[in-house]
Amino acid sequence: MPIIFREPGPTQDPLRELEQLQHRMDRLFQGGFGVERSPWQVGVYPLVNLSEDRDHVYVRAELPGVKAEDLEITIQDNSLILRGERKIAAEEKQVNYQRRERESGFFRRVLALPSRVQPDKVEATCKDGILAIKLAKPEEVKPRKIKVKVA
Amino acid sequence: MAEKELQAKAKAEAPAKGERVRPGRVFLPAVDIFETPEALVMVADMPGVAADKVTVDLRDNHLVISGEVAAPLGQGETMVDQEYFTGDFIREFQLGSLINQAKIEAVMKDGVLRLVLAKVERAKPRKIAVKAA
Repeated sequence: MPIIFREPGPTQDPLRELEQLQHRMDRLFQGGFGVERSPWQVGVYPLVNLSEDRDHVYVRAELPGVKAEDLEITIQDNSLILRGERKIAAEEKQVNYQRRERESGFFRRVLALPSRVQPDKVEATCKDGILAIKLAKPEEVKPRKIKVKVA
Repeated sequence: MAEKELQAKAKAEAPAKGERVRPGRVFLPAVDIFETPEALVMVADMPGVAADKVTVDLRDNHLVISGEVAAPLGQGETMVDQEYFTGDFIREFQLGSLINQAKIEAVMKDGVLRLVLAKVERAKPRKIAVKAA
């Protein structure tokens, strides 16, 4: 990893220092870590909401018009991989578009789960354009009440 | 269309118009609008809205589509990490071409509303054949 921040020397011009910092930041955003941008780079679509109750972890995402067969969900250790495609069927007739705001395309997202889950106890449902994944927590991470014995 | 990766986008909030009875945010659904020779078709993304919670209201040329979303969390759930907000959807349009108010079809499926507004007869394009004398 290249050094991005360095202590400024006492004799250096502060403006020059700022300029150098900007150059370093530019390099950083251009992939200065020596990592190539791969076509399979993980994106941030779809946005997800993560929630939990005593026994489960829930992952929800808004995916209107995405069919269950176009979704692929994988659990690996502590992460959940969500892959799929949002398709917008082409209109059969010759049509004249006035507005086009809905987007189609591929997505892939990797999420870190807040706790370990039981990979065999995962339920995913798609309802009204919301994908909901219900993951069961293993017994050892569930909160447990401890009874205080009267001595 | 070329293969493309989807980018995350926050939903646009609807401009406030009066006060609402239901608390919470209101969003503008993303829409596609296109015209066929017979009709004006609108497709709107309203994730989380069930078919019986959609309202389509057309008065003269003023069209309002709205939908109520279900509760985002189940009983006893607490949010750990929230990336998107949930709320009802509403969007209004002024329709330009003449719509046959008796022939409007609305279908809600997987959170996508598809509205087919048939045009009135005289608004449809007609080709006039020119006869040779």
